[in-house]
Amino acid sequence: MGGAGAVFWKELTDYLGSKRFLIIFLIIVAVSLFSSYGATESLSPETTYPEYLFVTLLSSSGGGLPSFLFFISFFGPLIGIVLGFDAINSERSRGTLSLLLSQPIYRDAVINGKFLAGLATVAIMIASIIVMITGVSIGKLGVVPNGQEVARVVLFFLACVLYVAFWLSLAILFSLVFARSSTSALVSIAVWIFLSFFIYMVAGVIADEMVPLTQQSAIEEIAKHESIRSMIMRLSPSVLLEEISSAILNPSIRLFGIAMESQLKGLIVSPLSIGQSVMVVWPQFVALVALSIICFAVSYVAFMRQEIRSI
Amino acid sequence: MEWVVEASELTKLYDGFKAVDSVSFRIAKGEIFGLLGPNGAGKTTTILMLLGLTEPTSGTARVYGYNSTTEPLQVKRVTGYLPENVGFYEELTAAENLFYIARLNGIKGEEAERKIEEALEVVGLSHVKDQATGTFSKGMRQRLGLASVLIKDPKLVILDEPTTGIDPEGTEQVLRLIMKMAHEMGVTVMVSSHLLYQMQRICDRVGIMFKGKMVAQGGIDEIGAQVLGEKQGVMKLTCENLEPSSIERLKNKDGVLDVSTSGMMVVVKFDESRKADLVRDAVSEGFIPIEVRGKEYSLEEIYMRYFQEG
Repeated sequence: MGGAGAVFWKELTDYLGSKRFLIIFLIIVAVSLFSSYGATESLSPETTYPEYLFVTLLSSSGGGLPSFLFFISFFGPLIGIVLGFDAINSERSRGTLSLLLSQPIYRDAVINGKFLAGLATVAIMIASIIVMITGVSIGKLGVVPNGQEVARVVLFFLACVLYVAFWLSLAILFSLVFARSSTSALVSIAVWIFLSFFIYMVAGVIADEMVPLTQQSAIEEIAKHESIRSMIMRLSPSVLLEEISSAILNPSIRLFGIAMESQLKGLIVSPLSIGQSVMVVWPQFVALVALSIICFAVSYVAFMRQEIRSI
Repeated sequence: MEWVVEASELTKLYDGFKAVDSVSFRIAKGEIFGLLGPNGAGKTTTILMLLGLTEPTSGTARVYGYNSTTEPLQVKRVTGYLPENVGFYEELTAAENLFYIARLNGIKGEEAERKIEEALEVVGLSHVKDQATGTFSKGMRQRLGLASVLIKDPKLVILDEPTTGIDPEGTEQVLRLIMKMAHEMGVTVMVSSHLLYQMQRICDRVGIMFKGKMVAQGGIDEIGAQVLGEKQGVMKLTCENLEPSSIERLKNKDGVLDVSTSGMMVVVKFDESRKADLVRDAVSEGFIPIEVRGKEYSLEEIYMRYFQEG
């Protein structure tokens, strides 16, 4: 592990000291502060505060600004891409990769060290932003989060880190496949745009093709249409993050998609406990972990098998 | 004899193309071995197989008894490798770059600092140690590369085209450092190059690669004899009144291979076994010998032979 440790510390120092990190960090800090400020503004002092004030602040919007959750799902991929898009190909074009690999370290130490350093950077970034927002909210509203809320915020933090980890490993994969860092950056951004914006349309079109809906469609048809659509959409990590976060940050959410009347019969309208909220989105959680792992595994194998000759 | 490097029947196929074709050689402790050949001859691939950075399709490579394919870490622990066109992290200083290399080799703290100081001293870069390497010239980068190799106290150093693309002064410094490593520090050196004259100066033995094959191997004299067959001699003559007819007669003498003139100077290349007779003949033709010597084969000539045959 000595080799991976050395790579990790070197990369972490590089990331935290780099201009690109600073720029994206400042942008995210700025928008996050605005969004949390907007969210607190939207709560008028006369109304009673909702039961789970803190967690709602992270996912609610106000003052014409989108929520913090929206910003993370929007900028999260950018963080991952910015940190990872030139991880390997820049080392190759600078001629440092062969220098690195000729040291007595296992080859995977390079990619593991880089990935973990990126992950640590992301975790530091998101953690500090969430702490900052919490601070602003406490200062403005004067209420302190309870244990449940802290646990929910920690879960939300984990989901965000996982989400960015997916984009980080995707960007690292492209940095392996493409020799030029400009190509890998562009391809990463193209995938990001597709998975974050176009997937909704694509899902709709495919669902329409498979189960065409008309005015007279039976309820089963509509349900089938909807389930196909949401299944396709869940290929996108940003959809997964949105579902996970909305369940974790909003204890009253108990299912996604359309609900039959029969399903709602006998429902006791009370907030879910944290365990139950996690149960609601457990499949999404697993899917997000799986996507990141698959992506990293592919880059790991590709890197281990790549011929050094091409350096 | 203790062999530092033993390569036997190394073969590497890239998509059916034989980049390296059953190459075998051995390098003894403390010698400077030159791996020569034109670009694309398979020199770098051979080196990568020795280091375990690429797997041979068949054959084995051993460095200090460790199998390069199955025990690459042990090989890389005792071997310092300077890749062709070595690069450094441009935003880091020379010392920081070396510190990273030291850490990757498990050298830490004060020991690392001491070794970095020493290595920079040896390669003559102490005065720029806190300068970002982005500002370094190619020659300086190459010397920093040698420093990065030295901090791990290697027993074997492998240098891939260490003097390509740097100015004569830089080349001179690099060559002197290579000789210093071998002769003063007791390091075994393997150096690949296509620059023959330089290698001729520093190498104890050379191997010549051509189109993936090791075509000749040994001391430079040995290879010369092996390739050129007979030994050549050169004499330089002058004459008070140079006549074309006497030059013509000289050309037709038995054993003369080539005659060229420049001003008052006549240069004759001949078969060395006929030296005494030819000198006598030249004198009787009225020439005054200025210099007569057995010629050393230049790698250039050895090389040209292979190109023609290939």
